[in-house]
Formats: sequence, structure tokens, C-alpha cells
Amino acid sequence: MADIAELVRLLKALEDDLVSCTRCGMCQAVCPLYGETGRETDVARGKLALVENLSREILDNPEAVKERLDRCLLCGSCAAACPGGVPVLDLFLKARAIITGFLGLSPLKKAIFRGFLSNPDRFDHLMQWMGRLQGPFTRSVNETLGSSCARFMSPLIGDRHFMPIAAAAWHKKASRDFSGPRQSGRTRVVFYPGCLVDKVLPQVADAAMEVFAFHGVDVHVAARAPCCGIPALSGGDVQTFSHLVHSNIRIWRDLDFDYLVTPCATCTSTISKLWPAMQVYIGGDSAKIEKQISEIVAKTRDINAFLVDVVGVQAKAPAGGQTVTYHDPCHLKKSLGIAEQPRTLLAASGSVRLAEMANADRCCGMGGSFNLAHYELSKKIGAKKRDAILATGADAVATGCPACMLQIIDLLSHAGSNVAVRHPIEIYARALQVENKEEPS
Amino acid sequence: MDKQVVRRFEKIVGAGNVMAEEADRQAYAYDAAVLDSVVPALVVRPETVAQLGQVVALCNESGLPLTVRGSGTNLSGGTIPSSTESVVVVTNGLARILEINTEDLYAVVEPGVITAQFAAAVAEKGLFYPPDPGSQTVSTLGGNVAENAGGLRGLKYGVTKDYVMGVEFFDVNGELVKSGARTVKCATGFNLSDLMVGSEGLLGVFARLILKLIPPPKASRAMTAVFDSVEKASETVSAIIADRIVPCTLEFLDNFTIRTVEDFRHAGLPVDAEALLLIEVDGHPAEVAEDAEKILEICRKKGAVQVQAAGSVEEKELIWQARRDALPALARLKPTTVLEDATVPRSRIPDMVKKIKEISRIYNLDIGTFGHAGDGNLHPTILTDKRNHEEFARVEKAIDEIFEAALAMGGTLSGEHGIGLAKRKYMEKETSRGTIFYSRKLKQTFDPKNILNPGKMFGA
Ligand SMILES: Cc1cc2nc3c(=O)[nH]c(=O)nc-3n(C[C@H](O)[C@H](O)[C@H](O)COP(=O)(O)OP(=O)(O)OC[C@H]3O[C@@H](n4cnc5c(N)ncnc54)[C@H](O)[C@@H]3O)c2cc1C
Ligand code: SF4
Ligand code: SF4
Repeated sequence: MADIAELVRLLKALEDDLVSCTRCGMCQAVCPLYGETGRETDVARGKLALVENLSREILDNPEAVKERLDRCLLCGSCAAACPGGVPVLDLFLKARAIITGFLGLSPLKKAIFRGFLSNPDRFDHLMQWMGRLQGPFTRSVNETLGSSCARFMSPLIGDRHFMPIAAAAWHKKASRDFSGPRQSGRTRVVFYPGCLVDKVLPQVADAAMEVFAFHGVDVHVAARAPCCGIPALSGGDVQTFSHLVHSNIRIWRDLDFDYLVTPCATCTSTISKLWPAMQVYIGGDSAKIEKQISEIVAKTRDINAFLVDVVGVQAKAPAGGQTVTYHDPCHLKKSLGIAEQPRTLLAASGSVRLAEMANADRCCGMGGSFNLAHYELSKKIGAKKRDAILATGADAVATGCPACMLQIIDLLSHAGSNVAVRHPIEIYARALQVENKEEPS
Repeated sequence: MDKQVVRRFEKIVGAGNVMAEEADRQAYAYDAAVLDSVVPALVVRPETVAQLGQVVALCNESGLPLTVRGSGTNLSGGTIPSSTESVVVVTNGLARILEINTEDLYAVVEPGVITAQFAAAVAEKGLFYPPDPGSQTVSTLGGNVAENAGGLRGLKYGVTKDYVMGVEFFDVNGELVKSGARTVKCATGFNLSDLMVGSEGLLGVFARLILKLIPPPKASRAMTAVFDSVEKASETVSAIIADRIVPCTLEFLDNFTIRTVEDFRHAGLPVDAEALLLIEVDGHPAEVAEDAEKILEICRKKGAVQVQAAGSVEEKELIWQARRDALPALARLKPTTVLEDATVPRSRIPDMVKKIKEISRIYNLDIGTFGHAGDGNLHPTILTDKRNHEEFARVEKAIDEIFEAALAMGGTLSGEHGIGLAKRKYMEKETSRGTIFYSRKLKQTFDPKNILNPGKMFGA
């Protein structure tokens, strides 16, 4: 599509939602990016104005609009705070898709999304090779955090302190079927690790399996784990997004299960909120897809919410142990309203004293590919998070999103900190281990 | 714009703080008023007060109209550029709290400090800055002073003007003018600070503000009273004040607003009620307890069908949530929300509410009315879709009539949102020809080239 009239026509379809922004400016209070730059084009109000102007042919520069739209953490802080209930994130993603359709994908993105992301086997293979190769080129910088940095300046890695890639994707060795035919009273869960846990933070998935076993949850881990599609969707590549949604649905549709559980806030929010909202971009028989998606959405649970709301894990009175602070991932709290459950799970560990940080729900600055494209800004936004964590004096910081975990590891590692970064499920699993050792049965 | 001039701006504030690209400029073409956008020629964002002064001087020298912009949340078009030649000067790079003096009870701030952040910093020091516009999490103090912003606490604590002890501002030549002082009393020279309050960027550009702080109240109590007629609610308001009680907050929601908020939040509001009063008293604990009792008594006597005092912090929170929900809940009904600000003497509230209802019927429009019953500042909120030209023409007529009615009742065009572009055509009606001439001459004297936000308030 290279016809500007077609671009305008597609953008016009967003008009009803676009005009619901009254330009009240209340989103300025919460946008982490605007808080750093003070630029109107960085806040939702400005971005929406530009999309509207493009659709009304007041502006005829789609590149300029795309560039400004891409400067965004997609954290949803604006949408959550918008008095008028404007579906800001949906609008951003749709506008990115439409404009990208017009301008075309950059060759690099095309190679990544179409070449690897859309093909889980090839993606796993690539990551496996990177996992093997990283040793000689990186050096460990922080033992507590387990982070590394690039030994030679690499254009992609730069000065980042990152987590090494696991030698093999977690799901490869962990894949399993339900233990047998359905038993009454036994909850059946399909566990979806999400790419980051699967390939970079497998210890989170291991912890989840221990906890499922403890609570007698019957688990299925699929032999293939396609991405939920969010990187492609935020890159405007709806073709890959659609492909990935279909790949996942194909894996799940024939299984008999109660819940789809993920330890990744972003995956949960993508499946629960964005799959339905972006359905127009998902190919195939639309009525059928709509039904399949709504069935999946009804079963999808964040792991913290699953354990507290479904399994019924309860908080215990704190009995010494370590001090933990908790960071609310945007994709849990702002997108799904999940804030209590991860804290309850931490408190269920018994050996944890929760020390709230200031502004626990302020974005950590990761924003997926935002961190890659705008590392300096991402670091600046993250500095506030880092300071808030350090100010609590906690031994560990917990958060329910692997992407936030990676950002926080990078931030703390640069600060030379010894504060450990954990998923709540890791802390809970650890407490169960200790408890079981202490209580001879 | 002339490349030479752009380069001179870049020299003052750095290239990163000058926005010349069209896509950037288009994001400074609007504010929260429902009016047409005007794209400025350049946007400049100074980061020091000295830079601000130089930017003003350069605009004047080059004959470029200048619109100062805080957070662009005003509801009257004050920050919509006067023309496509305009330079928009953004103040959010000037956001330092320079001093909070706990002994002499004042603070000195730069104009871009966010209201709520300032109030929080003051509270941290054990003091209180009362003005709390609904936009306080985003509005700047410079914008508050330039609009003389009000808020929920206006009845007892007054509005922004009551907290301005001094203003330092740049005149068009970039000369720093100082007025007022850090002292409670000041009789040095003209009282220019008061002139600058509500000046909407027409007379000078604020560089620093000296704001008054007070000790916070020690206790507070919130209450609600439900009425089956607006008259009874209004009589209650008058009776409370006649009894020499000044609540810090006394808010009103009409039936349309009550129903909309209840649909939105499901907090159990009385959807059949014609009026809901939300009342809060604060002060010394003994006084608060006594005043609260008296108010509950008055409400009952005046025929409230239901009266309730918040027993806990959570209950109090619930009461104010209903008020905070009023605008968001209304705004969700239709794409365009026109928030009006006509204000009448307190005793005329029932007449005004009746009139608004009549107007809503005549023009067949959805209008929710809520607002500050204690000071007669109502916010009739018209819900519409600006794309529907036929309906929007009716909206404009309705607004005309609302203003007519407010003026006929001895009221004013604006309680707190200012005149800007939106209400300038009504100015002469409220004041007089002479007032417009006088104001214009005043501006001409200070700003001979007419570069400071020209066209606002009383036309060019
Ligand atoms: C949801 C919502 C709720 C609101 N609630 C209230 C309320 O309860 N009470 C109320 O009074 N208002 C309210 N407002 C209106 C608005 O927020 C106020 O007028 C506020 O004071 C504007 O602040 P600002 O920083 O956004 O100023 P802007 O809108 O940026 O500017 C306002 C005016 O001030 C001038 N100005 C700004 N900075 C300077 C400076 N440094 N020197 C000289 N002139 C300057 C501008 O030129 C303009 O004319 C509300 C608005 C919204 C959107
Ligand atoms: S808060 Fe919502 S309605 Fe207000 S400017 Fe931002 S996106 Fe628009
Ligand atoms: S999604 Fe986050 S970064 Fe993007 S505009 Fe909204 S608040 Fe700002």
C-alpha cells in the first residue's frame, strides 16, 4: 500500500475513538516519557493530535508521525488515567499498523519479525546459538544479579548490563502433557512461559513448576512456544502478529484445560486485552477467530492472580526473613488491575517483609523495543525506579514481569547494587522449599 | 520563519529546545478548550529564567507574537497561538521550587512547577497551599496565576489570587519587573502582582512567583445530603453560611450528573435525587465536630431526604470520588465535552440550575451541571459531538444563553477558567465599552507592538 488516500481512509476508521480525546491534558501527569522530556509529542495528547491531523490531511508526513508514535513505552499509564476513557493504546497500535503498512517495514524489523519471530523453531535455534556464543564475548559483572556486559562494544548491546541467554529454551526440556485423564477437583493449567522467561529467565518457569506441583495443579507445557505477538504488533507488523496468534491458538484449541497461566505480565495483557482489541488484523474466519479468542481470554490468568484468586493462596504473618519491595508492572496494574495478588503471594511466603517503594506503579522505562531504540531515555526514566528501590533498603525487588526484571537488573547492576531481582513466584517457591525442609513429614 | 531568527532562538536555549518541524509545532496548536487549532511558527522551551527573558526580548525585537504555555490545560483558548506567526514559549523547563520558608510561610517557585507537586512539597514541610483546581496534577503554577485558578476549597480558603504575595515577570523588552515581597505586608510601589493575576499572558511573562503558605487544618469531616429539589439544596447552602459556618468545600451535583456518575462507578448514589450536596468542614477538631453536627441539623431541617457523615477515611474518600468522577463520567457519554464556567451569586443557584435545564430542553442538548455551590460557580457541562455541525450550532446558542442568564442574575462570565478566546465576545456585555478601551490602552502601553498573546480577552 503506497497510496496516501488509502492511508487516510484507513486512519479515518479510527476517527470515532480519536475525537473522544478532549485534549484535557490530564495524561501529562502520568506519562513517564513526557515527565523526562516535557515534549508534547511524547505525551498521548500530542501523539493523538498528530494521528488525527494525519487522518484529516492537515499533516502529510507519515514518517514524522510514525517517528513520534514510536517514541512511546506503550506502558498504558495514559490510558489508565484518561478521564475520558480514550482507548489510547489501541489507537497507538492501530495507527502504527496502518502507517507501517503504508511506509513498509524496515529491512531489519522485517528480518527479525518475519524471519525469526514468526517461526518459533528458527527463533529458538537462533537464541541457542547466541547462548553458546555469548561466553567469549561477554563478562560477568554482578554475581547477585547474574548480569553480564559486552566485552567489546557491540552496536546492539552498547553499555547494557544484561542477562545471559539460556543455552536452550526452557520449554524444550520442560514440555509435558497433562498427567493423565481429567480428574475432578484437579485444576488443569496450560503454562505459557513467554519468550523472555523461556529464553532468558528460565528460573522463573522452574519456580512456577515447583509451585504448581506443590498445589497439585496439573500442568501442560507445549512443545512449541510461539511468541504472543507483542513485538510484531508494536512494530506495526500485523501480518506476523496475526500469524503468531493463529500459531498459538492452534496449539491450545484441542487441549482440555481450565486456565492458561503465564508469569509474564506483558503476555497476559497482550492476550487478554490486545488480541481482542486488534482482532481486525487477525486473518481467517472472523467469527471463528472471535470465538476462539474470547475462549482463550476467559481462561488466561497472570500467575500471581491464578495462585491467589483460583488456588486460594493466602498471606501469612511475616516472621522475619528478608525485606522485599515490589514494582507494579504497567501491564499488570494499569492494564489488568492486578496489584494486590502479587503482594499477597509475597506475603504468603511468610519469611518476607514487604517494604513498599515510592510510586511502585511508575513505569520502569523498559517498554520493550523502546529500550533498544532509546536506551538513554529508558535509563533516565529507570533512574527514578532504581532510586525508589534503593531507598527502601530492601534485600530484593520483586516484579511480575520478566521485561521489567531485565530493565531493573540493568539499572541495579550499573549502580553496583546487591539487591536481588526476583519474580514473586521465585520467592514463593523458595519459601515452600524451606518450609518443606523444616517441617519433617 | 526566517532561518536567521530560528538560529538566534537556538543560540539562547540550545537547538534541542527549539521545535521548528511541522509535526512538533502541530502539537502546540491547541489547549483544553473546544476551539479550532492554530499551528505556531516555532516552539521554544527555555530551561533557565535568564533564557526566558532573552526569548521574550527576541520575540519583541523580531515583532513575533508570543504565547506562553504552561501545561495547556486552560479551558478558554488562552494558549492557542494568536496566529501562524506565533512563537509558543513552553515553561515546563522552568520547574524548580526555589524556596519553601517554614518560618515566614512563603515559597518561591519558577512558573512551570506543577500545582500538585508543589502542594505535596509544601505538605511535606508541614504547611498547606490550598488552591486545588481539578487539573492540579498537571497544571502549572504560572498557568494558575495567569488564569486566577480556583478549586474545591475556594469558599473558605479563596483562590489563587489570595496566595500570590509577589510576581517577578519579564516585560516585552525582557526587563525583569519585581513586585510584591516575601513579607505579609508590602506597600512598595504599585501593586503590580495583583494586576498580573488573571492577566492570561497579555501583560508580561512570569519568571518567579512568591506564594503564601498557611498552617494546615488539624481535622476535617465530610458529609453528604440528598435533596428532592434544587431549591432545598440551595436554601441549605445559604442557611449553613447564614449560621456563620464556612465549610472548606461545598459541592453540588444535579440529577443528570448523579445518574451519570452512578452508571460509571456504581457507588450507590441516589439516582432519583434532584440534588446532592457534598460538604466538608475543617479546622480545629472541636470546631469541626460542632460545625459538622450543626450542618447535619440544618440539612435535615431544610428537608434533605438523606443525610450522612463519613465515619472513616474510606467513606470520606468515597464521597470525594463521586465529585472527582463528575467530569470524567460525563465526558465518556459523548465525544466532545464543553465545560462552562458561568458563576452567579450563591442565592441564585436554583434559578440558574432551572435556567440551564430549560436551555437544555429548548436546544435539545445533554447538559450535566455540577460545581461549587458554596461560591455560585457552576459547571454546566454540555455533551456533544463537534463533528455534528447542526448540533454544535445549537451548543453555541446554548452557551450564549447561559452567559446571558448568568449576567442577568448579577453573575460573571467566568468563575475560574478565564476569558481567552472563548469568552472574549461577551466581555463588553459584562463590563462596559470603557473597560475594553481602558484594558486595551493598558496593554498598548506595556506592549506597544502587541506581541503578548494578542487577540485574547478583549480582541486585538
Ligand atoms: C480536567 C480539567 C479540570 C480543570 N479544573 C479547573 C478548576 O477546578 N479550577 C480552575 O480554575 N481551572 C480548572 N481547569 C482549567 C486549567 O487547568 C487552569 O486554567 C490552569 O490554571 C491552567 O494551567 P496551565 O499550566 O495548563 O496553563 P496554560 O493553559 O498553559 O495557560 C493558561 C494561561 O496562562 C498563561 N500563562 C501560562 N504560563 C505563564 C507565564 N509563565 N507567564 C504569563 N502567562 C502565563 C497562558 O498564556 C494562558 O493564557 C481545569 C482544566 C481541565 C482540563
Ligand atoms: S487524558 Fe485522555 S482525553 Fe485527556 S488529553 Fe490525554 S488522552 Fe486526551
Ligand atoms: S503509553 Fe506510556 S509512554 Fe506512551 S504516551 Fe502513554 S504514558 Fe506515555
